[in-house]
Amino acid sequence: MNKSQQGSFFGRIDWVTIVLWLLLCLIGWFNIHAAVFDPEHPNIFSLETNYGKQSIYIFTALLIGVSILIIDSRFFISASPIIYIVVMLLLVTVLIVGRNVGGNQAWIPLGSFRLQPSEFGKLATCLLLAYYLSSQAGKMPNNKSLFIGCLIILLPVALVMLQPDTGSALAFFALIFVFYREGYIGNSVLIIGALAILLFVLALLINQWILIGIIAAVCIFFGFMLRKRRKNIINIAILFFASSMYILCVDFAYENILQTHQRNRIDIILGKIDDPRGQGYNLNQSKIAIGSGQLFGKGYLQGTQTKYNFVPEQSTDFIFCTIGEEWGFVGSVVLISIYLFLLVRIVNIAERQRTAFARIYAYGVASILFFHFFINIGMTIGIVPVIGIPLPFISYGGSSLWSFTILLFILLRFDSARKGLSPM
Amino acid sequence: MNSFFARKYVIQGIFIAIALIIVARLFYLQIIDDKYILSANNNVLRKVVVYPARGVILDRNNEVLVQNEPVYDLLVTPREAKEIDTALLCRLIDIDVKGFNDRMDKAKKHSPYRASIFEKQLSSETYASLQEHLYKFSGFYVQNRTVRNYPDSIAAQFLGYITEVNDKDIERSNGFYSPGDYIGKSGVERAYEELLRGKRGVKNLMVDALNRPKGVFMEGKYDTLAVTGDGLVSSLDKTLQILGEKLMKNKLGSIVAIEPSTGEILTFVSSETYDPNMMVGRQLGNNYMKLLEDENRPMFIRPIQASYPPGSVFKVVAALTAQQAGVIDDKTTFYCPGGYSYGGGRGFMKCTHVDGSTDLVKSIQRSCNTYYGYVYARMIESRGMPTTKAYDLWREALGQFGLGHTLGIDLPGEKPGLVPTSDYYTKSYGNATWRSSFNISLSIGQGELGITPLQMANIMAIVANRGFYYRPHLIKGIGEEKIVKKEFTEKIYAGVDAKYYEPVIEGMSRAVNIPGGTGYSVRINGIEMCGKTGTVQNPHGENHAVFFAFAPRENPKIAIAVFVENAGYGGTWAGPIASMLVEQYLTDTITLAKHLQDRIYNASLLPAPKKVEQPKNSTIKADSTKKNTQQANTTRATNNELVVHHSQVRRRNEQVAAR
Repeated sequence: MNKSQQGSFFGRIDWVTIVLWLLLCLIGWFNIHAAVFDPEHPNIFSLETNYGKQSIYIFTALLIGVSILIIDSRFFISASPIIYIVVMLLLVTVLIVGRNVGGNQAWIPLGSFRLQPSEFGKLATCLLLAYYLSSQAGKMPNNKSLFIGCLIILLPVALVMLQPDTGSALAFFALIFVFYREGYIGNSVLIIGALAILLFVLALLINQWILIGIIAAVCIFFGFMLRKRRKNIINIAILFFASSMYILCVDFAYENILQTHQRNRIDIILGKIDDPRGQGYNLNQSKIAIGSGQLFGKGYLQGTQTKYNFVPEQSTDFIFCTIGEEWGFVGSVVLISIYLFLLVRIVNIAERQRTAFARIYAYGVASILFFHFFINIGMTIGIVPVIGIPLPFISYGGSSLWSFTILLFILLRFDSARKGLSPM
Repeated sequence: MNSFFARKYVIQGIFIAIALIIVARLFYLQIIDDKYILSANNNVLRKVVVYPARGVILDRNNEVLVQNEPVYDLLVTPREAKEIDTALLCRLIDIDVKGFNDRMDKAKKHSPYRASIFEKQLSSETYASLQEHLYKFSGFYVQNRTVRNYPDSIAAQFLGYITEVNDKDIERSNGFYSPGDYIGKSGVERAYEELLRGKRGVKNLMVDALNRPKGVFMEGKYDTLAVTGDGLVSSLDKTLQILGEKLMKNKLGSIVAIEPSTGEILTFVSSETYDPNMMVGRQLGNNYMKLLEDENRPMFIRPIQASYPPGSVFKVVAALTAQQAGVIDDKTTFYCPGGYSYGGGRGFMKCTHVDGSTDLVKSIQRSCNTYYGYVYARMIESRGMPTTKAYDLWREALGQFGLGHTLGIDLPGEKPGLVPTSDYYTKSYGNATWRSSFNISLSIGQGELGITPLQMANIMAIVANRGFYYRPHLIKGIGEEKIVKKEFTEKIYAGVDAKYYEPVIEGMSRAVNIPGGTGYSVRINGIEMCGKTGTVQNPHGENHAVFFAFAPRENPKIAIAVFVENAGYGGTWAGPIASMLVEQYLTDTITLAKHLQDRIYNASLLPAPKKVEQPKNSTIKADSTKKNTQQANTTRATNNELVVHHSQVRRRNEQVAAR
């Protein structure tokens, strides 16, 4: 055990993570300044502007963070079910009294401030999932616990889908990493998941019958190679029929279950729609902004694509465009490195926890941050369809900043207190 | 508990893999593919063209001939033009609702998001009233530029005009011009286009997604200033030009006056002319069609594009080339029985007089056809060589006088005129054995000869200089430094030695200054003007009147040629015009009798609505030079007999051949 864990209260806190957190908050703040720069209010603290407001959110987030570090970590464990219930109620409330912004009924107006309960839904779900799975920690992972764990996730997903905010709902599925780490699902599920995504994309790109033919050929080849064991042949046959059915379903699901705009977003990514002025406008402008940053970027406040509104949502979902445009490839890589460092560190923190709750919770945090990081940046550069979710700590918005900060700081609280907690 | 600990590495591995995929994608977007920087500039940059003012053109005394006047183009961005008071706008810029819709559709077709020109060249007055209401018309704005303005409405054909470039111009210019630019289409505007046009400036404005200007790109680092075109100083004398155009009003023809010592053109009148201001502004298209359809062809630059047989004035050249060739000298006399008989008596070229023994000086003074019949015969037949060769030598000599080829004036469209080759006559004769009788009318400047008024004036400049000329030109100074083009400072010799000029000049002087001379009526008190009248056969109507002169005899300051179509006798119409211009130029006054002046001013010699004053006296007199000028035009009637035209000669020869 190293020194920091044995020192004072502050000594036991993982300062590296806090520095990373602060860095991301500041990067966000400065880039919001650049993204929605208003020449009439150039000051970054100017409260008439979003960057001025963000400075308050960051400061408040800091206060919240400090408060969390002071609270007894056991409180979060015992309060998990209550927090979950409260947030679920909020998610129901928002469907009734919520303010509809941009087609999503996602905000509860609180005076001049608007609360977005779905952001807190992830936190609550993480907590309850950790609470429940840690209670099952003594047993071998079994399907009943997996089922209940899934229910914990699916309730907020369903509520968020009703808003309807598909992007935020999808983020909950990132918690699959938690099940994986805890052994509820095996490597095969990851592989099958990856295969499913691959087949999904291929099914949309290639005629389904041709695709099935190709798969048949591949299966016959492997069946022939592995013909010594009968079991292999049966597995391959099952795999073939499963994939064939899946492919046939994809087409049906794609046409009938997805909404038009969702379908369009996927088609744009796959290059099936080329419409830079209409459907593809956002993505095209986003890529232009980032691509025009080149190696070193245009410089702070020198970007034009985001500042002059060519990129939509440039301070929230598309904030990465400003970073790409003004700081170039170098700046973007720095940001990605910070994220990656943070994510890897959270996993390391998770593994050093002595309690199952803290570890499971930590994986939940990592999964959710990772999902946002990947999907948000991925959509701005055109490797995933446009899904409107924020870039944690960076995108403008109080709800998102606070919920991610709370998410992270609760983890830090567990980490700093891990000596005092007995393993469950 | 940590039985699945190793899965940590799988998860971290996935994190790292995804991060690398993102970095790789960014590398492609930001480093490899550079189309995005272009698209970004496309998005945000609006190049606003700053049009330069065209160079101003001054006359030789630095008086303005062409200047620039501000006009205003109304532009519209269709997408932003919403809920506007169409009726008010139509009224303000004087268009109808259909016109409004047509313009709007055109603009939308161009681009709904970008500004395109809605209406061009609103005048300052229109702009003033529009400006007050402009705030009501969202999406409309005004861009100012300049158009040409001609304060005295003169020298239209010399100055030329400018129009918007067409696709061909743009193609030819290798990208210099873009739609909306102006280009000189004729005259000096065209000849000096590259100097006058100046250089467009570009302002790089940044706009936001709604096309609202947001500031200057890179603090104007890539902006260029508009450079005003070079100013030109013309050789024209404005006063003289105005006078010339006034005198030529309602007449067809040309006046060209040259300063012999420089080749600078002092007056360049092409009549019928038009007001150059017609070719400016919104009515350009209509006016252009009107001018094109005008049967008097005002767009035709007569001084350099019209070529006529020169008539008697050609005798000056004949006399000079004959002396140089050695076929006559100043003492050579021929007997004039009132005409020149040729072709074994079958042809007779009449004179206006019976002068008997005539020497060189007298031949010019009295414009003796007989004399020049002999001169031409000697020129062609008495040089110890075949007639065709002698003729070609003579033709070369004429070439040195600037005939039969362009002089290289700095205006586009100059025509060479015509001096046929010997081959031409050989062909029409049937073989090479033709003699001077075949084309005897050349001797007195008739027949196939074609000479432009500019060439006539240039002949006068050569005579005034006693043997050389400078390329006639209209621009004597370019830009701030008043640069003169090199080709205009080079002395060109006409191939006749200086000593041969004196008898000719003496003859021309007597023609004007001695009673009985063909131009005596237009003599100028106190100035020894040397001149020569000419009357040109016109098979299509009234004869053309020619007068050319230079003055003063010693150290000449002006050489002038006046050509009035369908006017009749040269001394009557062309003479007074030349005389007035010369006197005006040299003394700033005109002493010619008032009634003579008025007669010129008031006369209309246009062919179409025939308002030509009828001759008071229809008697046919052989020697009209003794009559006063009012009656001189009666000689027209006799002209048909004066010269045997080639057609007759040819017909006769054809008969011979048929026999």
